[in-house]
Amino acid sequence: MNVSSGITSTASQALVSAVNLAKRYPVSAGWFRRDRSFIHAVDGVSFDLMPGETLGLVGESGCGKTTTGRMLVRLTEPTDGQVLFKNQSGDLEDIAHLKGAPLKDFRRRAQMVFQDPYESMNPRRTIFDTVAEPLHVQKMGDHSERFERVSETLSMVGLTPPASFLFRFPHELSGGQRQRVAIARALVMEPSFVVADEPTSMLDISIRTGIMQLMNELADRLGIGYLYITHDLAVARYMCSRIAVMYLGKIVEMGDTEEVLRNPIHPYTKALLSAVPVPDPEATRDAVSIKGSVSAPVDPLPRCRFYDRCPIADDYCRDNDHPPFEDKGAGRLAACHKA
Amino acid sequence: MNADPVLVVDDLKMHYVTRTGTVRAVDGVSFAVARGQSLGLVGESGCGKSSIAMTLLKLLPDNARLVSGSITLNGVDLVTLSEDQMRAHRWDRISMVFQAAMNSLDPVYRVGDQIIEALEAHSASVGRDAMERVRELFDLVSLDPTYIRRYPHEYSGGMRQRAIIAMAMACEPDIIIADEPTTALDVIVQDHILREMQAIQRALDMSMIYISHDMAVIAEVCDVVGVMYAGKLVEFGPTTEVYARPIHPYTKALMSAFPSVRGEKHELTTLPGEPPDLLDPPAGCAFHPRCAYATDECRTSMPPTVQRGDHWATCWNPVDDVGDE
Repeated sequence: MNVSSGITSTASQALVSAVNLAKRYPVSAGWFRRDRSFIHAVDGVSFDLMPGETLGLVGESGCGKTTTGRMLVRLTEPTDGQVLFKNQSGDLEDIAHLKGAPLKDFRRRAQMVFQDPYESMNPRRTIFDTVAEPLHVQKMGDHSERFERVSETLSMVGLTPPASFLFRFPHELSGGQRQRVAIARALVMEPSFVVADEPTSMLDISIRTGIMQLMNELADRLGIGYLYITHDLAVARYMCSRIAVMYLGKIVEMGDTEEVLRNPIHPYTKALLSAVPVPDPEATRDAVSIKGSVSAPVDPLPRCRFYDRCPIADDYCRDNDHPPFEDKGAGRLAACHKA
Repeated sequence: MNADPVLVVDDLKMHYVTRTGTVRAVDGVSFAVARGQSLGLVGESGCGKSSIAMTLLKLLPDNARLVSGSITLNGVDLVTLSEDQMRAHRWDRISMVFQAAMNSLDPVYRVGDQIIEALEAHSASVGRDAMERVRELFDLVSLDPTYIRRYPHEYSGGMRQRAIIAMAMACEPDIIIADEPTTALDVIVQDHILREMQAIQRALDMSMIYISHDMAVIAEVCDVVGVMYAGKLVEFGPTTEVYARPIHPYTKALMSAFPSVRGEKHELTTLPGEPPDLLDPPAGCAFHPRCAYATDECRTSMPPTVQRGDHWATCWNPVDDVGDE
């Protein structure tokens, strides 16, 4: 199953398994748009997520982390590869072929929380309508049961007393409260898997910590598996037991969060880590060794994706294919010829 | 420390007049910035950081009222200047870098021409000299000189922010006000830009006011830091002092809510509640409804200033006294 990766866990225990996921978007150019090339937004991404685990997907903008997250909940169809999801009978099932009742079951069990709590809600619908909508779509319960369920979920996410929030509109709530509503909307279905796409990056620091703690607590209590997408390594440190670092559509390094932060293997992870400012005026940081910025991976050359910016790349990296994502010892995985 | 202050702000008050009442966005702020010094202003959204920036530049909306106070830049009180006089000062003596770099450049003009326009408007240099200056500026902010003749949409986010910084430096101002200049950028680009800004600032011995919600960025960039809450400065001092021994409970709470990738993984604590509504701020210390150390006097009377050398805060129950370390 994990043909292209050295993932150690057995896929049968996994809640979600991404197998060689790829998404390519066509771009047209030239006279009459004849020249077709492809942006390789996600290119051969594989990982397993265990039940109740929080896996962080980190990287700069445009590295493919959001596209990966959307493919896992089937909001975006992959060009290649599979997403396997543990169904009710405990078997891993390819979500691409789900139809009818099994698809509906998947839609209930896999949820997504978006980045912007101002954009992800209909301003004309009350909080009750917003949170109850998935129940309505799934035809779960009658009105009083839904009311009960929505109230419970609101108090679970810290919007108490729920009665004071149920019939308010999004504009009456603060950013932090809205993000709690967005989380409630995802949790009201009692999902086993949630993709959280930068849920705290628009929030103030004081509010951010509260949402982070809430999500951690709910993961522990309800056994939800999270794919936590973030550009902020400091946030990932507090949210995720494992992190995967993405660069131009590829996972370049994956491992236990503290291990990766303490001892990064891939030169990109090292650069990313040394670029993060530290809230201590006495601390000194090494200068970041890489130059330039992320470019769009349009028809990338068959070589390491990081070659152009890598401080340690040599002729071997130039002349050979993108390095395999492999075990570098002690359960650490990275894709680098030189590490 | 303030032997040679470039900018002295004294008891500055700026209020917004709205239909529902008066918003005290900047409510009696005083500080000084020395030549070559960088001052950081931190705090949550809505605490008045950006309002201070706009007030210092006198770029205020129609409903804003400069109620009192003075802004003395090299001996000239900006508050008393007419709009024409102020326009001559902007860019030339006091310039700015804003967060939304996308909106700060005109999309239909080449970037180089926009900088030349600023130079010529202040008769800093004209014609061929101006072009030469633009080349120097592009070099200063590490932009490829071939981009001088390109349009803003051909630039990446980081490049635009560099162009804005180049424009802000064009007339070699005494002070630059940077409002969240790297917030929308990726960390690696942010790191490059922060390092460049610091290098340029040191090389030209320029002063800077750096506004951010990011405690980590402030820690790296600023010599002195001011913590803002509800339109007031609640703590002020050398960055190393403030971070090592915060006096105000708000500063301490902000710091312990901030995650770091380095060092021991400390437990993050939440700061309950939200900043107050400035239409109707709480009596006494505005922070008291959220403060773990609040006592009766906090709820009724304005807190006194606690002085520790050149580091001060306004608080009834300073955390360094409580021995809560």
